Amino acid sequence: MNEIEKETVLDVRRLRTEFGLAERPLVAVDDVSFQVKAGEILGLVGESGSGKSITLRSILGIVRPRGRVHGEILWKGRDLVPLGEAALRRVRGREIAMIFQEPMSSLNPLLTVGLQISENLAAHTDLDAKARKARAIELMDMVGIPAARDRLSDYPHEFSGGMRQRVMIAIALASNPKLLLADEPTTALDVTIQDQILRLIQALSRDLGMAVILVTHDMGVVAGTCDRVAVMYGGRLCETGPTADVIGDARHPYSLGLLRSIPRNVAPRTPLYSIPGAPPSLDALPAGCAFTARCPVAGPECRDVRPRLDSTGPQRQVACHHREQALVHFSAQEAAQ
Amino acid sequence: MSMVLQSPVRKMGRVSAFLGRAFSRPSFVIGFAILALSIALALFPQFLAPYDPLAFDLGAIQQGPSLAHPFGTDNFGRDVLSRVIWAYRVDMQMAFFATIFALVIGVTVGAFVGYYGGIADTIFGRCVDAIITFPFLVLVIAIVAVLGPGLVNMYVAITAVNWVYYARLTRAEIMAQKANDYAAAGRVLGYSDRRIIFRHLLPNATSPIIVYWMTDMALAILLGSSLGYLGLGAQPPAAEWGVLIAEGRNFLLTAWWMSLMPGIAIVLTGLGFSLVGDALADLLRPKGR
Amino acid sequence: MIAPSPLAASPLLSIHDLVMRFEKPRSLSDTLAGRPRQVVSALNGVDLDVMPAETLGIVGESGCGKSTLARCIAGLNRPTSGDIRFKGESVIDLRGARRRDYNKRVQMMFQDPYTSLNPRMTVRDTLREAITVHRMREGGGIDRRVDELLDLVRLPDGAADKYPHEFSGGQRQRIGIARALSLEPTCLVADELVSALDVSVQAQVVNLLLELQDDLGLTVLFVAHDLRLVRHVSHRVAVIYLGAIVEIGPSETLFARPMHPYSQALLAAAPSLDPTSRRRAPALSGELPSPLDIPPGCPFHVRCPHATALCRREKPTLRPVGHGMTACHFAETIGGA
Repeated sequence: MNEIEKETVLDVRRLRTEFGLAERPLVAVDDVSFQVKAGEILGLVGESGSGKSITLRSILGIVRPRGRVHGEILWKGRDLVPLGEAALRRVRGREIAMIFQEPMSSLNPLLTVGLQISENLAAHTDLDAKARKARAIELMDMVGIPAARDRLSDYPHEFSGGMRQRVMIAIALASNPKLLLADEPTTALDVTIQDQILRLIQALSRDLGMAVILVTHDMGVVAGTCDRVAVMYGGRLCETGPTADVIGDARHPYSLGLLRSIPRNVAPRTPLYSIPGAPPSLDALPAGCAFTARCPVAGPECRDVRPRLDSTGPQRQVACHHREQALVHFSAQEAAQ
Repeated sequence: MSMVLQSPVRKMGRVSAFLGRAFSRPSFVIGFAILALSIALALFPQFLAPYDPLAFDLGAIQQGPSLAHPFGTDNFGRDVLSRVIWAYRVDMQMAFFATIFALVIGVTVGAFVGYYGGIADTIFGRCVDAIITFPFLVLVIAIVAVLGPGLVNMYVAITAVNWVYYARLTRAEIMAQKANDYAAAGRVLGYSDRRIIFRHLLPNATSPIIVYWMTDMALAILLGSSLGYLGLGAQPPAAEWGVLIAEGRNFLLTAWWMSLMPGIAIVLTGLGFSLVGDALADLLRPKGR
Repeated sequence: MIAPSPLAASPLLSIHDLVMRFEKPRSLSDTLAGRPRQVVSALNGVDLDVMPAETLGIVGESGCGKSTLARCIAGLNRPTSGDIRFKGESVIDLRGARRRDYNKRVQMMFQDPYTSLNPRMTVRDTLREAITVHRMREGGGIDRRVDELLDLVRLPDGAADKYPHEFSGGQRQRIGIARALSLEPTCLVADELVSALDVSVQAQVVNLLLELQDDLGLTVLFVAHDLRLVRHVSHRVAVIYLGAIVEIGPSETLFARPMHPYSQALLAAAPSLDPTSRRRAPALSGELPSPLDIPPGCPFHVRCPHATALCRREKPTLRPVGHGMTACHFAETIGGA
């Protein structure tokens, strides 16, 4: 794959999304910048409250009106942030589609699946009724729903969880989107089904040249599916880079700790590395690095001075004041085990 | 040892925090003020009413509102304000007694059938269906007609029908709470069913019951005064709002205040209960997560 | 490091041919049409021995019956048939004081940190209740024991008088552990103990469980779907598919060389942190059959790539293969390759 040829479709610059009162805002996403290229899968990984889902929702403007979005979201060069609801709606669902964790709650239980796909086709294409039906069958085939023709007239509750997620993907694909936003699409599914859905997303991205942002809390999902990864903590990016580099050679103390806390290559039943404490709440973030309170190498400046997201190599960025100490700390830990 | 003492202190803290939140809501403050005034009037009419509610004054028959008689006088020259105030005693009593027994019986039955389910629940369901098929008021009137008019019989009649609503509500709440793992944990810890129901499930099911109780007391006043109006509840010459309205109904064109003033009292008290009930519904809603 | 699985000793828990069927309530129209009651077969003949002081991992996908098994063992569900013996004594029909006595020795911990604690009781109330109901301590000893328990699960001083909503998810699970330990049990059933927690917090709770187990000599049934964690904490692992054990064996050999095709697929589908192990095709196609309608023969044959006519006809029994037991007609050829 030639990275240079790929066109950057989405360029998010200094995204900030806040909720609540203007005087005392709750900042859910702070100073987040990243790019996604056509045909690329970007993993946005973090735990609860890291701002990963809000980042995704900010792109489509569906956090408004309660949330206020600042910064630039350049979609093929055009900034989505100042767009009004009507203009955004033309982008939403057509060029950018989204799938959610709980497919049941985003499907209309009273309409057949065929109708829901066809509805989206009617909204975004100028196919006639017959062509829409044919296309709906084609889409359901494409996402791997067996006997697609017969299942058009089924209702969402007649599908299993995995199949519902496939239906959601089929609906999302109806408008030939160039970017798919996937918010924990497999969290509610079993591993074998999760595996199927992830492989499907991968194949679609590859075959249709579709960019994907995959929000997840599971580093394993990222490792198996994403080309690049952005690690979020407390609403900020702490590390970005190609998946293999970040997972094989993490530099931020949070990513290092997170990866180390997952058992692999350790003697059974030995204590796992554990990050002390719990993820911070949005109203208690320090001015400096959000990870300060749980960080093993935090210094006095970390609490007050926000670390910049610095380039540390090709396509690699890390936001930490103490990168060297972090590496030393964690390799010493590893040696001790 | 100081640790042991902390628990009640923290509970007090929670109560005062709760009251703080409650009193920062205008609707609660207004509702609370109305109810506080109503209770005061019900408890101490003898100090608050300007005249004897039963004293005739044949020199001042059906006088309109004035400084001496702000609510006017009735066809026997009795002071309407005093009669409305004395009526608080009867009507507030009705609000309480017409609902409290239904509450106790309904909650107990609802808690048991909700917890055990099975055949008891099926039988309960049929009972409920049978009772709620009849219009509430018609059923109550029928029971009062059999038992004979009067306040006590009215309480019996209302309770006989009303408990079903509390039981239904409680049953649904208990079933919802029972699905939580803390109920399962209680069973694994070897707790008795009684302990699980009354110490664990019920305290978590009280909020909607209390809210419903508030609105139900408002309804009980309406129902009680309706029955009073029909001559089936409180008996004249006792001052009761329904009775007062009934007394004034022949003079609506000449002495409108005789019916209007007790009517306003009913609306106002009902509003007080509803406001407090609504505010509690919001306040008692469990915290997020 | 690994305590040798004490196979010589007699089992602490012995489960024999356990069957659990739930009857679905019939709707009125079903009754009128004379349709038979639908029966969900959650467990279809589970045989299992749990040795003292071991950790037995139980894995499988949702709906496979692993939680039902846990709840049967804890006495929350009464199995349709079969037997559960604790130290040789059947516990299925225990009532009253003898049931309480059994539960004093076999305790359970739950998945959801937000519903497993009574929200209206402080931690002290919760623990005191368990201690007093079972007369574990008297008078001042009760509060001393509460402090001891909180110390044991590493909750900070002053935690005792807080309400559950004042704690994070990880801390709540610790309270759940303390509650289970308050009765001084010998066996803990952990049903998805950490799966609702953030990844960075899971390691804390797992470490605590491992430590408590070693210190107190506990037997642990670790029911979970996270294979990495199960591998890390378990001495032995049982893989369940559609209510029956398809493979059971020592954790390390089972994970290193699974014998049953389902175990193989499950392990392959689990997200791996190794980006080089990326696959294009899903590890397993098809969906879990409905437990309302379990296929005849081997329950896995519908999805199994190796299935033959024999598999469709005859249900394989669990038999010794390699270091463990496997229920597959062709385990030697499939697993031995």
